[in-house]
Amino acid sequence: MKTTVVEPPVPSGAPVGLPAGDGRFSLLPKTSFDGRVETELLEVAMGPHHPSTHGVFRMDVVLDGETIVKLKPVFGYLHRNHEKIAENVSYLASIPYTDRLDYLCSMTNNWAYALSVEKLAGLEPPERAEYIRVIMAELTRLANHVCLIGFLAQDMGALGTPLMYGFREREKILDLFEALSGSRMMCNYMRFGGCRLDLPPGWVREARVVVDNFPKFLEEFDNLLSGNEILMARTQGVGVLTAELAVNAGITGPMLRASGVNYDIRKVDRYGIYDRFEFRVPLGDHGDVYDRYMIRLLEMWESLKILRQALDDIPEGPVMDPNAKIRNFKPKPGECYERIEGPKGELGFYLVSDGGANPYRYRVRPPSLVNLTVLEDMCLGHNVADAVAILGSVDIVLGEVDR
Amino acid sequence: MMPMQTLEEIKKRLESAVPGVCVEIVSNDSPCQQRSLLVDRDHGPQVAAWLRRDDALRLDYLSNVTGVDWPEVVTKQKIKVKRKVDGVEKEVEEVVQTRSGGYLEAVYHLYSMELKQGAVVIRMRTGDRDQQNKLPSLTPIWRSAELQEREIYDLFGIVFEGHPDLRRILMWDGFEAHPMRRDYVEPDDYEYEPTPHDSVLAKAKAHYPPEVAP
Amino acid sequence: MDEGLRSELSKQGIFTSTLEDLYNWGRQNSVWPLQFGLACCAIEMIATSMARFDLARFGAEVFRPSPRQADLMIVAGTVTKKMAPQVVRLYNQMPEPKYVIAMGACAISGGPFKQGYNVLKGIDRFIPVDVHIPGCPPRPEALLHAFMTLQQRIDGQRLTGKSRPRHLNAEAPSEFPVPQFGAKDLEPPFNPEVWQPPRLVRSE
Repeated sequence: MKTTVVEPPVPSGAPVGLPAGDGRFSLLPKTSFDGRVETELLEVAMGPHHPSTHGVFRMDVVLDGETIVKLKPVFGYLHRNHEKIAENVSYLASIPYTDRLDYLCSMTNNWAYALSVEKLAGLEPPERAEYIRVIMAELTRLANHVCLIGFLAQDMGALGTPLMYGFREREKILDLFEALSGSRMMCNYMRFGGCRLDLPPGWVREARVVVDNFPKFLEEFDNLLSGNEILMARTQGVGVLTAELAVNAGITGPMLRASGVNYDIRKVDRYGIYDRFEFRVPLGDHGDVYDRYMIRLLEMWESLKILRQALDDIPEGPVMDPNAKIRNFKPKPGECYERIEGPKGELGFYLVSDGGANPYRYRVRPPSLVNLTVLEDMCLGHNVADAVAILGSVDIVLGEVDR
Repeated sequence: MMPMQTLEEIKKRLESAVPGVCVEIVSNDSPCQQRSLLVDRDHGPQVAAWLRRDDALRLDYLSNVTGVDWPEVVTKQKIKVKRKVDGVEKEVEEVVQTRSGGYLEAVYHLYSMELKQGAVVIRMRTGDRDQQNKLPSLTPIWRSAELQEREIYDLFGIVFEGHPDLRRILMWDGFEAHPMRRDYVEPDDYEYEPTPHDSVLAKAKAHYPPEVAP
Repeated sequence: MDEGLRSELSKQGIFTSTLEDLYNWGRQNSVWPLQFGLACCAIEMIATSMARFDLARFGAEVFRPSPRQADLMIVAGTVTKKMAPQVVRLYNQMPEPKYVIAMGACAISGGPFKQGYNVLKGIDRFIPVDVHIPGCPPRPEALLHAFMTLQQRIDGQRLTGKSRPRHLNAEAPSEFPVPQFGAKDLEPPFNPEVWQPPRLVRSE
């Protein structure tokens, strides 16, 4: 079909100053004869160096004006061969590498790996170690979620304040980790069969102070952000993910629950001792960016509940299974997949043993990578500035996406 | 909640639901006892669709997809065989070669979000590691396989037929090898090490000048 | 200038300085880093700029997203082979005078991920590095120390003569070749003009 492009008349007296005849240089937009503006598609590579991509992630975006018509994520800029290295070292030597997977949550990574090896070899951690693990995992969840909300707000232009508030609280949790393991971020704390060290004297009291002061901060954060007009305008109705698509695409963690699917592995698998604690699973009903933000805020309240119960009930006793053999550890041939509810979603480790000292196959099921499957579906039709908010609400850490 | 069906029951029902399918239960001797179903690659998508649809299973959530490389291993074993030598029955030692492996494998871990049960593990094997490296893609059934199958293609070299966008994901386009395979040789770029030991030392030594190399 | 005269003048409320000192004083207290994080160390870099450690005390809190406005590149984290060309390109886009801090074991040598096939064994194979900080990841205090080291370095630069800094020397290179993706590795695997494996000598 042939369409005729009609040039709009230049108003008389308007400064033109552009070559006449050839419409290419006209400042006025071309319109087709039915009045629709004809635009040219523009391809933009966001990343790998982009301040809002949470690291070295790249999105190849095709734009019509400011509207996203196509989006392809590009990975691999932080592919540092975690799996290959782990297959060439012993089971024990992989634990420090798991710290560096999702570098905001080293404790939960440790736990997922330790749990997987324990199932593979039939080890049972003692009760005190189970309590310590729950405490560490929930503290990690708090630290992760405050950072995430800070980064999300920063991506949307709230430069500084929420992120600084979040990091202020995170530092307090990191102090606890440091007192326990000697390192702020890379704790290298859990072992298959228990934990590396017992809690230092006075640690539980310190932890209780942090837990008791946290609600004040959460209320402040809530007051600052949840009712904020700009945040609501930027996030409500943006990046909607339906429950059906979320399940089919294997989305897990807070992102899945924001779409209204009740699936929390702490409740489903009841790994560790999670069946002893009373807590609820917050669910969203719109599945937009605002719900994802809100789920994380509510999840922190539930984590505090678990923490209070665990800190009250923690028993005395050993922290390592006496039967566990850390050095020269050779599990029987076989395979095992175990998963936990990490702060970002289902974190699982799949291990294949051939009876040797090194795992034959070592695989990490990265929640951040799988959650990015639906990035394009969520972004289509939105403005390019919304893509940043949507990506922020997915909560990715590139160390885990690319491994 | 009803306890989940055993793998034997699933196999039996699967064989009647998908005609012509060849299913085998792969045993697992480790304490966790996670056994899996080995499905022939021609019926993979049909089996997957049935597992997702079936009312008792409802495996609507594909959690983990991974590849495993099994290069061909020849094991030699000495066995004693009774044989008639010159009319007299004698015990003779014979060396028997058994070949195992020689294929790539894709492993899928399935759960049900609706019925909160799982896991069912299915696996498919390629014909060999070079030419017959094709498997049907399960991405049309579970979208969560999309990025993970791309990763297996990149790192192991399994070609998933029917995948909507099969490209390299972690390494750059134009990279030739599949680095997670067991026989991959990584580029030699340890020109110098301040504190070398073990395999790193062996690699670094190759670059030392002759008057220094021991 | 005579030291006695200078002290006498300062008692009268007259402060004298050289242009060189003034120039370096200004430069060292407004080092704007590039907002550029690669991996785990980037989180510690952010923590350094936050309330507890407060990088603003050193005049370096203005993280610029664009390399055109930055003076300092903090290579915070593992440089993979897929990322190395982009890092070099970003460095080339920064205007002189520019400085590089290699933060953490990975940026220095590959660190714990040294045995990875996709990991670059140290960013100084492609661009010159001014300050190295060991650690995995280095604590924020270590990054502050690196800042102070860099400030001392800037302060000590003589603006004339043979050892003048690179940005005042027209012959000194400001851009470095960007490596290409090859079939197996980066091509070239390192830039021989910037980095060469140290010469090993047998000591008797």
